[in-house]
Amino acid sequence: MPQPIAPLRISAYTATTAAGPGKNALLAALRAGRTALTPNDFGPSPLPTWIGRVAGLEAAPLPTALADWECRNHRLAWLGLAGDGFIEAVLAARVRHGAARVALVLGTSTSSIGATEDAYRALDAAGEFPADNRNPLVHTPHSLANFVHHALDLAGPCVTVSTACSSSAKVFATAERLLRLGLADAAVVGGVDTLCGSVLFGFNALQLVSAEPCRPFDAERSGISIGEAAGFALLERGSGGDASLQLLGYGESSDAHHMSTPHPEGLGAERALDDALARAGIDASRVDHVNLHGTASAKNDEVEASLLARRFPARTHAVSTKGVTGHTLGAAGIVEAVACLLAIETGWLPAMVNTRTLDAACGPQIRVGGEQGEVRIAVSNSFGFGGNNCVLVFGDAGAGARS
Amino acid sequence: MSAQAGTFFIEGIAFWAPTLPGWPLARAAFRGEAEPLAVAAKRPAPELLAPAERRRAPDTVALALEVAAAAVRESGRAADALPSVFTSAQGDLGVNDYMCATLATQPMAISPTKFHNSVHNAAAGYWTIATGCREASTALSAFDASFAAGLLDAAVQCQADARAVLLVAFDVEAVGALGSVTASKGLLACAMVLAPSANERTIAAFEWSLASGPTQAPAYRSAAARTLAGNAMADALPMLEAIAIDAATSSEQVPALALRLSRNLAMVLEPAAFAAGAAEAGR
Repeated sequence: MPQPIAPLRISAYTATTAAGPGKNALLAALRAGRTALTPNDFGPSPLPTWIGRVAGLEAAPLPTALADWECRNHRLAWLGLAGDGFIEAVLAARVRHGAARVALVLGTSTSSIGATEDAYRALDAAGEFPADNRNPLVHTPHSLANFVHHALDLAGPCVTVSTACSSSAKVFATAERLLRLGLADAAVVGGVDTLCGSVLFGFNALQLVSAEPCRPFDAERSGISIGEAAGFALLERGSGGDASLQLLGYGESSDAHHMSTPHPEGLGAERALDDALARAGIDASRVDHVNLHGTASAKNDEVEASLLARRFPARTHAVSTKGVTGHTLGAAGIVEAVACLLAIETGWLPAMVNTRTLDAACGPQIRVGGEQGEVRIAVSNSFGFGGNNCVLVFGDAGAGARS
Repeated sequence: MSAQAGTFFIEGIAFWAPTLPGWPLARAAFRGEAEPLAVAAKRPAPELLAPAERRRAPDTVALALEVAAAAVRESGRAADALPSVFTSAQGDLGVNDYMCATLATQPMAISPTKFHNSVHNAAAGYWTIATGCREASTALSAFDASFAAGLLDAAVQCQADARAVLLVAFDVEAVGALGSVTASKGLLACAMVLAPSANERTIAAFEWSLASGPTQAPAYRSAAARTLAGNAMADALPMLEAIAIDAATSSEQVPALALRLSRNLAMVLEPAAFAAGAAEAGR
């Protein structure tokens, strides 16, 4: 078992999802129990499914100074960074610590592959990319973190984590180690993924896309709804006072089972949970709220429901918020981390939007309705292709105190 | 800002390129004691994969599993006990070309297998499945600093958690229209096990730190390395040359190596002495 870590302070955070720009738009949708999913109208030949699309990106070009980086993913990154004063918080950290002491660790599954897909639909006579879509810094997995590094003028370690749907959960683990070793004094973490043909038609080929808005943990669930989102958090050492939010722990593991199907007994997921609780120095009885991976695929929800039932007390309120935002893939980790932080800040335990009748596999932890309560400790699950798992533990100040 | 951040000890090392298929030949070539093959070797067929998968596996997966298995074998460690860091600048360019070309013409025909092979962590996934490893694995990218970023992450994990970590780095050739924006040539992969202390398998050791200030593109010391410089993982070559050339000549003054992480940050490696044959407690 890993050793407990010193909690990290989360000094700023934001998310921009289909619910709107900034964390308050997400909070409003969670409070209202309102889905942000809409019928798919993305791309030249839209599949009959529902998507979580961020409005207005088409009319929101990057500032002139960043125009070389133009693509949908960077537009969403830029819109996301503008939320909740996040850029100002990073600039203040840069002044406080120096640009070289601010690390940047971002997760994405597809980065700006949408721009590469566009180029393939518009190849020139020689079969090469069109002249207006030829920046090598855009057509590469690292484009997102490289863009943000450039846009925020940072000079510390900068890396892209791309482990499919656990990407922007694992960034918290990567950043914690950099901070623990003193290689940085602050870390910007987060992730961005945008709608693109690869994921819509790819998940469709795997028969995982639903024709209706996704219904996580519903007995009649029929697959996922794909969404897009950007989210960021600023991590620093130290507890930062009574009102502060903290990263208490994380666990990372592999299923060692299958590229696109979870381990049938959830062994990898449970190992990530065990490690996360051990790093937080708590046991599952203290967890008030779980934001589930809950994609509404048949297999994920079955395995995750069983894990919740055997490991958490009945009082834990667990939901998937993918009925609100859709599955935002490489951005799901940060979006659902933000949902956990909102639950801790407001005490609002969200409903499971779109879900009508819970699957019989669900224990008392998994809820359909929302309620007001108190959340000291919240857990977020993120499980990705390749059997790549990450579980995060967040809390308010003092929540992680060893008893 | 270049205080020593840690020390890591390399136990197993592996290398694969079509003209230097294997570390023994690569090491000799980097030392100027052997020539690269005149006729390129065929893509490796990792024994870890079932025969059907061996043929179907994307180039990145075949390369990564080949070097990962060789490095772990050299280290003498159990593959399922090692957390892993996989790094690649561009991922599987062949799969990406297939995905984008198919989406442009007949999107409903996308192969589900090609789609799940298109994730950047495909090689990490196949590795953990093939070895039954439930430890953490990650998949990173940092454009032309992808080796340095992967090495940094592995060194950080090794230091922070006092555990041995497997590092696997690979890139393949750009194909199709992607070649108009991505200049990666040939196949190149390497792997190594980084450990927090020395043992009888240790072959090299480095003290490492971060240093701010303008960084430079890597300089290659051997003709063999220069022939591989067009691959997107070529930033691995200076460290491999250092291990090949300097590790056995610790009596000489060996220069520090600055691996470029970004335009203003480098990971500095200083060759460190180690007691060969030292027993590692708790192994």
